[in-house]
Amino acid sequence: MEAEVQEIREHLRRFPPFDRLESAWLDRIAASVEVAYYRDGTSIQAYGEPIDSLRYVRSGAVEVYRHNGELYNRLSEGDIFGQAGLLHKQRVRFPAKAIEDTLLYLIPAEVFDRLCQEDDHFADFVELSGPRLKATVEQNERENDMMVTRVRRLVSRSPVLIEQTGLVRDAARLMTEQQVSAILLTERSSIEDDRAFVGEDGSHWRVAGILTDHDFRVRVLAAGGSGDTRLDQIKHAQVIAIQADESVYEAMLAMLRNNVHHLPVLQRRRPIGVVHLSDIVRYETHSSLYLVSNIFSQGSVKGLVRLMPDVRAAFLRLVDEGATSQMVGEAMSSIGRSLIRRLIELAEQELGPPPVPYCFMVNGSMARNDQTISTDQDNALILDDTFDPERHDAWFKALASRVSDGLDACGYPYCDGGIMATNDKWRQPLSVWRGYFEEWISEPDPERLLHSSIFFDLDPVHGEERFVEQLQDLVAERASRSPRFLAAMARNALNRTPPLGFFRTFVMEEDGKHNNSINIKRRGTAPLVDVIRVHALAVGSRSQNSFDRLDDITRADTLPAGQADKLRYALEFLSMVRIRHQAHDLKHHHSPDNNIEPENVSDAERHNLKDAFQVLSNAQKFLRFRYPTPGR
Amino acid sequence: MARRDTTDPSVTWPRYVADRADRCRDPALRAFYAAGLPNPATPIADVEMVALDFETSGLDVHDHAIVSVGLVPFTLGRIRPAAGRYWVVRPPRPLDERSIRFHRITHAEVARAPDLEAILDELLSQLAGKIVVVHYRGIERPFLDAAVLARRGERCLFPVIDTMQLEAQFVRRGGWSRLRRFFGSPAASIRLGDCRARYGLPTYSAHHAKLDALATAELLQAQIARHYSPDTPIGELWT
Repeated sequence: MEAEVQEIREHLRRFPPFDRLESAWLDRIAASVEVAYYRDGTSIQAYGEPIDSLRYVRSGAVEVYRHNGELYNRLSEGDIFGQAGLLHKQRVRFPAKAIEDTLLYLIPAEVFDRLCQEDDHFADFVELSGPRLKATVEQNERENDMMVTRVRRLVSRSPVLIEQTGLVRDAARLMTEQQVSAILLTERSSIEDDRAFVGEDGSHWRVAGILTDHDFRVRVLAAGGSGDTRLDQIKHAQVIAIQADESVYEAMLAMLRNNVHHLPVLQRRRPIGVVHLSDIVRYETHSSLYLVSNIFSQGSVKGLVRLMPDVRAAFLRLVDEGATSQMVGEAMSSIGRSLIRRLIELAEQELGPPPVPYCFMVNGSMARNDQTISTDQDNALILDDTFDPERHDAWFKALASRVSDGLDACGYPYCDGGIMATNDKWRQPLSVWRGYFEEWISEPDPERLLHSSIFFDLDPVHGEERFVEQLQDLVAERASRSPRFLAAMARNALNRTPPLGFFRTFVMEEDGKHNNSINIKRRGTAPLVDVIRVHALAVGSRSQNSFDRLDDITRADTLPAGQADKLRYALEFLSMVRIRHQAHDLKHHHSPDNNIEPENVSDAERHNLKDAFQVLSNAQKFLRFRYPTPGR
Repeated sequence: MARRDTTDPSVTWPRYVADRADRCRDPALRAFYAAGLPNPATPIADVEMVALDFETSGLDVHDHAIVSVGLVPFTLGRIRPAAGRYWVVRPPRPLDERSIRFHRITHAEVARAPDLEAILDELLSQLAGKIVVVHYRGIERPFLDAAVLARRGERCLFPVIDTMQLEAQFVRRGGWSRLRRFFGSPAASIRLGDCRARYGLPTYSAHHAKLDALATAELLQAQIARHYSPDTPIGELWT
């Protein structure tokens, strides 16, 4: 290979998408490159001109504009431009100008075309096959073991079965012989039963229950039973099982949600094994599960505080294993909820039973199941309408402050905005809450809109879940029919805008100004969540999680085609950048924050971040158009 | 005016080239000269050029010889390295160790290489009809002339654009530059890499004839962009 080809090749391969190309392709590209120099301030390409090559910035800097003259991007060494024109009738779509003395490498259109055809990664990068962000997010999901590994893989032996008419003694003996900690109970069934499977004897059976070592203590001995007790008298009323082709992650969630340690695994209706918590532990995703069961065995706030290093370790492990933002968010939210539940249990042990029924609800990120590691508390109490402040409030006030103080001790600081059950205003009977919500929706003002954006993400954690469900129903029904409220929420969702992208070691704003860092939550995830909330409210969605809301929005078909997917990819990507940044902070013993410095953003991430910011910016423009400011 | 006719290179070079085209006996040289020069008034933006670089076994044309040849065709708008050429050639005298270290061209490579004679026709046809651009004409011009004279018995001279000479005009002619030299400061360097740095052009790693030809082409684009206009008549730039 000649020296100048070598030189060009060595430069190309340092930058995406060339960094992931096969060696033979790099050689071909390097050998085809042409070169051009542009002095500072001169035009490189004008709108509508023919374009015959992809441009690669070898040195210098270039500004790219939209057709209307608005700044679109500022590029430096290793960046490419011109692909939009090449993919579109070989006419320039985005004019460009050198803003420093600039040397460009030009990759001929024929080489570019062939590369797009033959290298999927390159095609994704230049957005040939749809948004680049989509390709990146999907790639991450494919590479994520936890998502793709099926529960089937964790099944090491066939299940031990016993007919439920048998005795406790028989089950205990069989489990001891077979060395298992759980046994499945079966009952005779018929072909009409939609849960029946065909047993080895050729007749129809169904799984009627599960019995574990733990049950012998709790359900037999402690309950006064004996070896002669019939199995069907002590079994769990409901069997929680999982399908063999579900992901290990789903199994983990099923255990988390139901606080069980054994899960029967079914191949359609036939049981093929039992997965135990320890199987999943062995499968490396253990810590968040362990933590939840550990949280429930702590007898004091101090004990809970001591678990906090484990929470951080669990977070780091999930990130290192390549979990998606949804998985991290769900695990961290589950841990937070378990903490609250345990704090309430501990409080009730001291305070005695509640004087009236109540529901402890969480708001904001925990309600949305998108918590990360650094997050403050948002919670409130909904009380039964028989609540009498004179007689009952002392108990609830004490409960609220124990939970709130406990959370603070565990590293969930008090909410600056006072969104906590300790605040008298947020510790009220259901009818008062209904009044709040109705007023916020019918007469929105800035303060009420702020409340709406916090409290309209709501989920029960402990107590009477129906209280929260009623409020969720109220929001879903009323908000969608209140155009004035939706318009106000929409305007509120435009307050925080994303930057344009990055340039060298700076964050570049829409007006071309530079900043040293960017708050990825304030300028990225939070406004995106706001946008999604408005659309979700408009379609009467009852979901709280942003991804679930996007599903509801997609079903309601209120957005232009493909828009909800773009929002999904952007949210996933921005959330992961935020999560990885916090993991990086934790590993380096900094307290995790949301401020991203451009020098810590890889080249590949920059391109995706720019795309994600663009999606957010477009989504905000769409909101403005969909909910125009009413004439004064 | 008569005096100007005899010294102005924009006038003397076309006359010389036309004369050689008539009188050359060697067919390759004759074809080279017959391709002629563009009208000296042609804007540089419309001229086909070729950057040429030799690595030699030393600086003295009497003792040393060409070891490798690199050329890259270009215009003011585009440089086309893929259309360029590169040859290693065997000098009549053996290489000395110092020049080997400098070029990274080894004895073995040179031993396998042909004599310049074998590539000369091809080299001349690549240069024909184009304006040759070099960085320091003190090497390419005398070494090519001597090599052709030795092999074909005829001279080989033609106008070139010398990026080093252009650079010297910009950096050494200003008042500040003279003042600095008066106080003993070293003159600004006009070596290829240093010239390039002044225009924000990247640093290239190797000493290699084709890479240096590419580097020279880039430098000329930058010099014209900064100090001249694309309409500059080619006759004002060649020498």
